[in-house]
Amino acid sequence: MNIPIEYYIWLSAILFGIGVLGVLYRRNAIIIFACIELMLNAVNLLMVAFSSYLNDANGQVFVFFIMAVAAAEVAVGLAILVMMYRNTKSVDIDILNRLKG
Amino acid sequence: MTLYLFYFLSFVAIFSALLVVFSKNPVYSVLYLIITFFAIAGHYVLLNAQFLAAVHVIVYAGAIMVLFLYVIMLLNLNQESEPHKSNLIKIAAVVCGGLLMTVLIGTLRGASQVVHQPGKDIGLVKNLGKILFTEFLFPFEVSSILLLAAMVGVVMIGKGEDNSVNR
Repeated sequence: MNIPIEYYIWLSAILFGIGVLGVLYRRNAIIIFACIELMLNAVNLLMVAFSSYLNDANGQVFVFFIMAVAAAEVAVGLAILVMMYRNTKSVDIDILNRLKG
Repeated sequence: MTLYLFYFLSFVAIFSALLVVFSKNPVYSVLYLIITFFAIAGHYVLLNAQFLAAVHVIVYAGAIMVLFLYVIMLLNLNQESEPHKSNLIKIAAVVCGGLLMTVLIGTLRGASQVVHQPGKDIGLVKNLGKILFTEFLFPFEVSSILLLAAMVGVVMIGKGEDNSVNR
């Protein structure tokens, strides 16, 4: 393996930046969820890269747990989204600004 | 050869990640996200983490993305009539994302002394399972409780409030 670790850092930073961009750019709540998944995956990729380069298996176990948490998070989030759609007939994230205190 | 594969997978991942953000139709966004996940799974294989590559494809492309598509089709959102933010907010979003990316790259620059140490195939199921079921046994069990709690919560939320039909 002759790929420098910096290449993986750049790739992960770019993917994370695209995820942040999507969260700020779109109004559709489902796309925002998808971009959050993208950010989680960028972090996972970097963790696997460092774990593989340093021969430390703990990083890969953590990635496994992150995947489990992400699955739970998506299930709960999409259920909330379906409830929101049932009440307002829209998945526009700006509707949720009524939650402000 | 490995380097060219890396470039190809990175290009596919970044290109389809951009299309996730910029495509108008939510169904296309989710389909491009699946392509991104497959590219990331290819990176995992490249990093000699075969177990995580398989789990990634099964969990993300198999379960989470099906859930996304299911919700989109259930809510009938596959039309392109989504209201968009104003141009000022879009430009601000692009600037913020770019600045964050620059800061991240700048912060993590000092890692070049990390060189790959060949040896032990830690990514294989055998070695990873040994660690998962000895050192990380307790978090493993706790994550099962987390999944159960999420399942109960989803059923409670999704059941709705209209209890007109009492059974």
